[in-house]
Amino acid sequence: MTLLDVLSRIFSRESVSSKDVARERLRLVLVHDRASVSPEFLNSLKEDLIKVIRDYLDIDEEALQVNLENEENSIALIANIPVKGFRRKVETASS
Amino acid sequence: MKSRVIVITSGKGGVGKTTTTANLGTALAMMGKKVVMIDTDIGLRNLDVVMGLENRIVFDIVDAVNGHCKLKQALIKDKRFDGLYLLPAAQTKDKTAVSPHQMKNMTNELRKDFDFILVDCPAGIEQGFKNAIAGADKAVVVATPEVSSVRDADRIIGLLEAAGLTETRLIINRIRGKMVKRGDMMDISDINDILAIELLGVVPEDEAIVVSTNRGEPAVLENISRAGAAYRRIARRLNGEEVPMYSLDDPENIMDKFKKMLKLAR
Repeated sequence: MTLLDVLSRIFSRESVSSKDVARERLRLVLVHDRASVSPEFLNSLKEDLIKVIRDYLDIDEEALQVNLENEENSIALIANIPVKGFRRKVETASS
Repeated sequence: MKSRVIVITSGKGGVGKTTTTANLGTALAMMGKKVVMIDTDIGLRNLDVVMGLENRIVFDIVDAVNGHCKLKQALIKDKRFDGLYLLPAAQTKDKTAVSPHQMKNMTNELRKDFDFILVDCPAGIEQGFKNAIAGADKAVVVATPEVSSVRDADRIIGLLEAAGLTETRLIINRIRGKMVKRGDMMDISDINDILAIELLGVVPEDEAIVVSTNRGEPAVLENISRAGAAYRRIARRLNGEEVPMYSLDDPENIMDKFKKMLKLAR
């Protein structure tokens, strides 16, 4: 790195190097790409979620929504699961 | 030796698929292998001009597939190496002129006579891509250190896996050591982490590629070309040899030392 590079790095407002920006943007876009390329991914995630939650809560399975959503610089898995009621007794696998 | 059908693909255009095919084919022929390169970019053929064989074309891949000529008649013999052949794409037809089934039959027929069958894939993920991968045992994905190229490479790797091609290796092309050093270009490990497939090789950005393409002489024929040297090493890896990975630092350091020596001599 030349002296000029060092100075411009110190005095520039962007302290993050552009390759780190590229890597981070790629990481985010690929999460979306990989999820949207295989719609089965979200569907099987949805089915497994229902299986787990069913033991604890009475949920509206038809209205359940699962999506990946873009936040500022992260991706969140947003699940909207309408609850109809609580199960009286939690049935564990062992019982 | 068991023959291998290797498709060279990338998704994105302009990252160096054809240059890679021409150089690897030539380098393998220099090693004494029998090699045929197939240009599957029907309608936009270019492997012929990169190889400097454009004036020798009589028949093309569509003629061979449709039985207008024998497969052997469509193969163009290279002017430099005895064991090197090119099967050119058709320029006037479109990509539907060949089917994946026909491609598979053709590559199987070529296995009888060749050690390496290199398939130069067109850009995109449509029919041309499906044709190119139909007969392949292995795939080589070419990507440059740019977000667009790496993103497309990721998609291609997924499609290759879905098609049952699990032995896919990566060539990182046109990397610039100086830009990597100042943090303005993704380096080998960044791309490797993201794509998570085996690295076959790294090819540095090299002006010699433009010059060699101008002349129709692949860069592997040039001793001083850094990209040519990188391709020769990749060819040896394709042949199953263990070759240390190309280091971004070494060539520059050697050049720096050389320059210093010249200065000292004055």
